[in-house]
Amino acid sequence: MNILVCIKQVPGSSQVEVDPVTGVLKRDGVKSKMNPYDLYALELALALTERYGGTVETITMGPPQAAAVIEEAICMGASGGTVITDRKFAGADVLATAYTLSQGIKKAGNYDLILCGKQTTDGDTAQVGAEVAEFLGLPNAANVRAVNALEDGKLILTASLDDLVVDLAVKMPCLLSTDGDINSPRLPSYKVKRQIKSDMVRYITFADLDDQNADHYGLSGSATQVERIFPPEKNTEKRVLAGSAAEQTDGLFALIRDRKLI
Amino acid sequence: MYKQMTQNDILALRAIVGEENVLCGEAISPDYAHDELGGIERMPDALVRVHTTEEISAVMKYAWAQTIPVTVRGSGTGLVGAAVPLEGGILLETTKMNRILELDRDNLTVTVQPGVLLMELAAFAEENDFLYPPDPGEKSATIGGNISTNAGGMRAVKYGVTRDYVRALTVVMPDGEILTLGGKVAKNSSGYSLKDLVIGSEGTLCIITEAVLKLVPLPKISVSLLVPFPDQKTAIEAVPQIARAKVTPTAIEYMSRDTILFAEEYLGRRFPDTRHDAYILLTFDGNTEAQVEADLQVVADLCLEIGAVDAYLVDTEERRKAVWSARGAFLEAIKASTTEMDECDVVVPVNQVDEFIKFTHALAEELHIRIPSFGHAGDGNLHIYICRDDLEQSAWERTLAVCFDRMYQKAAELGGLVSGEHGIGYAKKGYLHAQYGERPIALMRGIKDVFDPKHILNPGKVIG
Repeated sequence: MNILVCIKQVPGSSQVEVDPVTGVLKRDGVKSKMNPYDLYALELALALTERYGGTVETITMGPPQAAAVIEEAICMGASGGTVITDRKFAGADVLATAYTLSQGIKKAGNYDLILCGKQTTDGDTAQVGAEVAEFLGLPNAANVRAVNALEDGKLILTASLDDLVVDLAVKMPCLLSTDGDINSPRLPSYKVKRQIKSDMVRYITFADLDDQNADHYGLSGSATQVERIFPPEKNTEKRVLAGSAAEQTDGLFALIRDRKLI
Repeated sequence: MYKQMTQNDILALRAIVGEENVLCGEAISPDYAHDELGGIERMPDALVRVHTTEEISAVMKYAWAQTIPVTVRGSGTGLVGAAVPLEGGILLETTKMNRILELDRDNLTVTVQPGVLLMELAAFAEENDFLYPPDPGEKSATIGGNISTNAGGMRAVKYGVTRDYVRALTVVMPDGEILTLGGKVAKNSSGYSLKDLVIGSEGTLCIITEAVLKLVPLPKISVSLLVPFPDQKTAIEAVPQIARAKVTPTAIEYMSRDTILFAEEYLGRRFPDTRHDAYILLTFDGNTEAQVEADLQVVADLCLEIGAVDAYLVDTEERRKAVWSARGAFLEAIKASTTEMDECDVVVPVNQVDEFIKFTHALAEELHIRIPSFGHAGDGNLHIYICRDDLEQSAWERTLAVCFDRMYQKAAELGGLVSGEHGIGYAKKGYLHAQYGERPIALMRGIKDVFDPKHILNPGKVIG
């Protein structure tokens, strides 16, 4: 089973500050790391190849220094990875990111399974996985908690839908987004780190992609534009809504209506 | 010799601290009869909850005049029975004195009341970009308790123990007088260090009501390394070699696979790696990535050279949590794995750690008993647990006595001491006396007599 895991480099701390004037994240001096949710996807991939054979490759989109997360994945057991990087990709929103990734994945190789983490800790949209699947025309399942079996080219999965759990059979090739906290990701190996060779990390730029229309990428390929980034106002008021999801939703709706926010 | 408390005493105490802060009889939870050590229990006659130094002073004046024994208790997480009121009387609970009073950024100190929990102090320091280095495994212990046992913890290899971070103490003497010992000073050659006598005295000399603690700037980078070894022998023998490498990790912890599996079961979560027999967990900290990386590389290369299977990087918040939360749960996990257990907290010179652990393995085989261990391999302080499992009461008592005798004897032979950080309390008195002999114990008794001539504070403990 050949697996590709989509990973992202995110700020190493959740305490990243926003410059109140420019609205830009203050990344100076902040260490980067692999998106914690991607670690679960990577661990699942490595466990699946231990069970069924095959390889685990990784792919990321970002500046050239995002190669660090590919190296981290190699230290955890991936055989290599690809960085999709080009200035033309800068400023991409969810849609443009998913499109660029799907273009990059087509170039990276043929895979039986593509795995994504649930969401990233910096963007937190949880949409990229499903959109990549759409662009690639692959079946997709989200919040996957376990892959239980492989039967006739189909993966038998357990996925979480908030207050219920579903068992699914998904035909490969497919794209799955894993849920959080589903396994204990293995630690990166210092022994492997010492032996990483430069050809284990490959680069794809705009020139390598099939779609050469620059308007489909980066800021111009984005359906949404960020007008302003600002730190949220601190509010210490707390209200806990109890009950079932439906009761909580009703409670929240009543609260928003009472405050004339809608 | 002590006065049996009467209703009048209860009324007098209520007049000092308020009706709701003096409990007696069935109103006192049975938890107050013991700490985390099994097998020794005694209910107090009165549980008194105090809120200020002045209240403690007034309570002590009364207890002194009436010759009522007083035992101080924090969170009750001790492991040697030090907070058990062996003679009844007053159990003075300090957990309501839990305020952080001052952060002095010029003198790098924090002033706290004794009931502040270690985890609260650690979080407060970090929020303000400081580190309070002592890091015992039991984070819900109070600072008062930590000072009273001179608790050590995991960062002792580089940073030392609680004693090294206490600048000054406000204490209440057994007769109620309030004294300040030490000061916000970095040096002190001013006579006998009374402050240092109080640290580690387990509530037998006076009552700590305020502490000025030293902080250090928070290191910007901290990375751990989890090093798996094919067998316990290779892992243990690696420790003195790491110590000789002249890089100073903040922690060098030894853990066997069995202990990790207990922690997995106890916490209900998988440890990132359990494929190997034994592990050493090291932490490096510093202010630049290059410096930390260089230290880490020296040790990782050395470990691989001497037989480590690999060296895993624990370099993010999530990874640290996965590994260190298991390490923090070892004590409770071993406890959950057996019917009853007792612990030996010896400290030996660092270069004898391997010798001592090998000895406990041989002892376990010889006595047909399970003796899991983990510990601060880098500072020579080991936590060794003798598990009862399905032994009958009499066989358990016999085996435990033999086990303890042999282990304390071996530790002494290797130049070690009875307790590294848990203290003597009630449980380890015999071993302390056996090792120290008459003169040192007589000196300690003399000190006790000077501080507390009526012996009303924590009777029956340490040298009592």
